[in-house]
Amino acid sequence: MHRGKGMKFVGDSRVPAEKKPNIPKDYSEFPGKTEAFWPNFLLKEWLVGAVFLIGFLCMATAYPASLEGVADPTDSAYIPLPDWYFLFLYQLLKYQFASGDFELIGNVVIPGIAFGALLIAPWLDNGPERRPSRRPIATAMMMLGTIATIYLTWESVEEHDWEAAEEQGEIITDDDIIEVDQDARGYEIYEEQGCIECHGDQMEGAGAAGPDLYDLPYGAEDIAEIAVEGIGDMPAGLFDGDDEELEVLSEYIEANGQPDDGDDGEEDDDEDDNGDDEEDE
Amino acid sequence: MLQRIYDWVDERMDITPLWRDIADHEVPEHVNPAHHFSAFIYCFGGLTFFVTVIQILSGMFLTMYYVPDIINAYESVYYLQSEVAFGAIVRAMHHWGASVVIVMMFLHTLRVFFTGAYKKPRELNWVVGVLIFFVMLGLGLTGYLLPWDMKAYFATVVALEIMETVPIIGESLRTLLQGGEIVGAQTLARFFAIHVFFLPGALLGLLAAHFIMIRRQGISGPL
Repeated sequence: MHRGKGMKFVGDSRVPAEKKPNIPKDYSEFPGKTEAFWPNFLLKEWLVGAVFLIGFLCMATAYPASLEGVADPTDSAYIPLPDWYFLFLYQLLKYQFASGDFELIGNVVIPGIAFGALLIAPWLDNGPERRPSRRPIATAMMMLGTIATIYLTWESVEEHDWEAAEEQGEIITDDDIIEVDQDARGYEIYEEQGCIECHGDQMEGAGAAGPDLYDLPYGAEDIAEIAVEGIGDMPAGLFDGDDEELEVLSEYIEANGQPDDGDDGEEDDDEDDNGDDEEDE
Repeated sequence: MLQRIYDWVDERMDITPLWRDIADHEVPEHVNPAHHFSAFIYCFGGLTFFVTVIQILSGMFLTMYYVPDIINAYESVYYLQSEVAFGAIVRAMHHWGASVVIVMMFLHTLRVFFTGAYKKPRELNWVVGVLIFFVMLGLGLTGYLLPWDMKAYFATVVALEIMETVPIIGESLRTLLQGGEIVGAQTLARFFAIHVFFLPGALLGLLAAHFIMIRRQGISGPL
């Protein structure tokens, strides 16, 4: 580089007036089949990148990101789960030696040692050897860490109740809610017997507490049985009315809350309008 | 025409040395999959950067619709997902990209480790790389809350509860991230700021350091 006396600049700037030619370096003398990054290698790299991008776009189009119902902090029955790449840390905290009194081991000691060692690996493994077989301790530690991470993630996935998780957090939109006949006797019983607390005031369900009761695959008698004896997570003995009430209730639920000839329910035009709307969609 | 524009700028700015620094470097045979197929393991770093670029671009488009407050956050994501043209695809790209970037980074880390590429004189670049890993995990953690749906909310509650159990700094850390007594409006605003400004800023700085160091030292030689 030219320095000092005799240097010429562009105007009053510090940009040198003498231009360097823009010629790529010659790599033919480099060892092996070295090639230039620009533009030779970049072109090939972009071809591979394009294939990768197409695959990625296909995946993004075929599998949309999931979206559950809006956050409801009061739903205490929801089973939480972090994103998959945090599962190994989450799983670690479930073991006896890393939770409760030994919590510190699970949340500070083990992750601290693992990630700390990863961070300062060049100084822990500071010999000149690069081949994995010539530095067995470093190789073994890394293998151990990798296998442990994969194992913990696997276990966490295995232990998680995916079926229950799929049912919870569903989006409830206005379209899904059928306006039930709240003047019917069946609704009165539905309210009195506490069904309303887990299945919602429009029988639309309440998150993990209870599913919706629309279009159940049961007849009125089965529904009556379930109301008394429970099913799945629903305990037995919730219904404590008499047989006649049970019959009215189960028929009311079977009819999706729209009894045709309610004893003292009035059939008003609103109900019919709702029915028409749904057929239109 | 292009050449004349280049010359015009070059005369005033002397950009040729800069351009040669950025573009003109060699690709040795042992990292080139065109010559040795097994060299594909050297692609993971580049793919990580490629997916990071996808994340930045798709994220920029997502913020055109996303509203970071608890009343509108969910509604805006729902609208983007169901009404906006290609909205579901852009959101899916950002969603899946987050996972792919972690996978690629994990593979890149294993490649660097098992080829011993972090040895002298490349120790500092390894440290910067691990810091990038932490920043990426932070981006994943903060981004997960933003749709404000059930899984987002409860995953964040659990994450903050675990954080709180860390001795000494735990409670302050939770207060710092949560911004109040409960996971709520302030938490969402903070996670948004961290996800969109703080961590990407840190990430860009670390990536710059990562790449400058690679260019300075060259890629590690064959085993």
